Amino acid sequence: MSALQPTSVGDRIRAGWRIARGLFRAGYAYMTEYRAELILWALANSLPFILMGAWTQASTRGHFALSPLDLVRYFLAVFVVRQLTVVWVLWEVEQQVQGGKLAPQLLQPVDPAWRHLMNHVAERVARLPFAASLVVLFFALYPAAFFVPSAMTLALFLVLVAAAFLLRFLVQYTLAMLCFWTERASSIEQLNFVLYMFLGGAIAPLDFFPPAVRAVADWTPFPSMMWLPCRVLLGGVPTAEVARAVAVLVGWCVVFFVASRLLWRAGLRRFSAMGA
Amino acid sequence: MNEHAPPADAATLVEARGLSRIFRVPVHGEGTGAALRHFLARRYKDVVAVDDVTFSIRRGERIGFLGANGAGKTTTLKMLSGLLLPTKGSVRIGGVDPFPKAPAFLRRIALVMGNKQQLLWDLPAKETFRLNAAIYGIDDATYARRVDELATMLDVARLLDQPVRKLSLGERMKCELLASLIHGPDVLFLDEPTLGLDVNAQVAVREFLRRYNETTGATILLTSHYMADITALCDRVLVIHEGRLIFDGDLRALARRFAPRKELRLELPAAVTAADVAHVAGDGVAGDGVAHVATDGRVVRFAVDPAQLSATLVRALTTLNPVDVTVTEPPIEDSIARILRGDTGGTTPTTTATHSAPATTATTEPRA
Repeated sequence: MSALQPTSVGDRIRAGWRIARGLFRAGYAYMTEYRAELILWALANSLPFILMGAWTQASTRGHFALSPLDLVRYFLAVFVVRQLTVVWVLWEVEQQVQGGKLAPQLLQPVDPAWRHLMNHVAERVARLPFAASLVVLFFALYPAAFFVPSAMTLALFLVLVAAAFLLRFLVQYTLAMLCFWTERASSIEQLNFVLYMFLGGAIAPLDFFPPAVRAVADWTPFPSMMWLPCRVLLGGVPTAEVARAVAVLVGWCVVFFVASRLLWRAGLRRFSAMGA
Repeated sequence: MNEHAPPADAATLVEARGLSRIFRVPVHGEGTGAALRHFLARRYKDVVAVDDVTFSIRRGERIGFLGANGAGKTTTLKMLSGLLLPTKGSVRIGGVDPFPKAPAFLRRIALVMGNKQQLLWDLPAKETFRLNAAIYGIDDATYARRVDELATMLDVARLLDQPVRKLSLGERMKCELLASLIHGPDVLFLDEPTLGLDVNAQVAVREFLRRYNETTGATILLTSHYMADITALCDRVLVIHEGRLIFDGDLRALARRFAPRKELRLELPAAVTAADVAHVAGDGVAGDGVAHVATDGRVVRFAVDPAQLSATLVRALTTLNPVDVTVTEPPIEDSIARILRGDTGGTTPTTTATHSAPATTATTEPRA
């Protein structure tokens, strides 16, 4: 056997990097096979533009927490965040468990979760040029909305988007583990998606919610998946509120990471009991 | 599971002791009432897929698992590779319990399933090879050398840049094999590797496995429905029937056990009469050790127990003056076909019986 077996921490990091690079490479090659689909997937997330039109119209006639121009920028940010945080891992897992493709992967020395994660990262990179083109097109059609955030704000936005993606991935991966018990875990994700769109701030900014709903929503995982990075990009959110939201985000990441690992172990026992 | 003593022999690679696997399956009646009862309170029954199977395999052996559909072959293979936890008994591969799937263990095995695919469908097979090389931590030089060697052996070098979806079934299976062997495993589990392939592709896969075994010393365990896979490739056969190991030995011993009678063919100077047949059969003296098979003009055929062969030949030669006599072994394929149909010829399916019989224990020398 000439396969390298990592021993020291440095070796492990190098081995992990090689695996991540290999998974990314394969994932990217796979995604670029679907050029036409990538454009369609990017366009499919155009709901924020529809809601942008509706809310901007409404805001010209009433008093809202955000100005019409802020609303335009908010929904543009929602569009960008959705592009960068789209997750479909549940359908992948469902297909593998039910189609019998999981067994061969279990016999490879890398957790299948890494494959899914790197597939998502690779898809993001492949999709980026199309999503960026749509943003440029938007500014060309609506130059008044153009704005340049500070470097610090942009950096914080990108970190929060990465964290939002991670949390969305962990939540859906946790739900995906239910595939070991039920044939249609995707129906549970449909409910999760409705909550995500509503409490995440895709339908309306959380700033518009009644205080009681807002108070509950703030403790759920959803606002940090969309509203938080979008509002940070626009600016004007008190630092304490951002800090609290980040703490909630980190807390939910830990909760769903632990839950997904526990369900994975229990699921594998179940998978084995059913005959693998 | 610490009941495992260290292997008696350093050359022993696979040790399965008292291996059993019971599945709990829901019982579902017919009709609306049954459906409602099933919804409210599920009933289950235990199905014994593998029952108290014990065997050991030495390094470098080529082993064929034989049995009818649902006999327990694939379940056994899954327990050996670590996918399934045995309900009872234990498995050790090179002294290691496979079920925890330790990375060091996974690096030395490969499982190829004829009905499952690991190749990335829309990409050239090379992309899967590269991915596997990254997963197993294979350096670039080793990767290039292995792909080159294996592609030459499998005759697929020209196919590696084509998308997998464009390949034929046989070409895909060859690429599946290549993808599974990039990390140089020394234990190969193959579940129906020639399933659905045409005869040429079957021969190619078979020949490749033989050469891989001979050049690397890897141990090969395969299940197959194609008799030719087993007869052409395997030194030793394990026959599983209704979850139990009913035979463990080489092919000749298999023929002796499941088709123990030899065929005696006599060509007489004149047409065969009923009296001739009765005489050769010993007029009942030989019991059922001699059975008349068929008569065709001057030719008559008998199935003869080896213990009765000399006496039967003497009777035939001294009184019937045959112009031609032939004694043949029935073809091994016939025996295997009977086993695959689930017809074990009245053999009591007991594992211990086959294991204690010296004639049926493995005599194959390790190649490694």
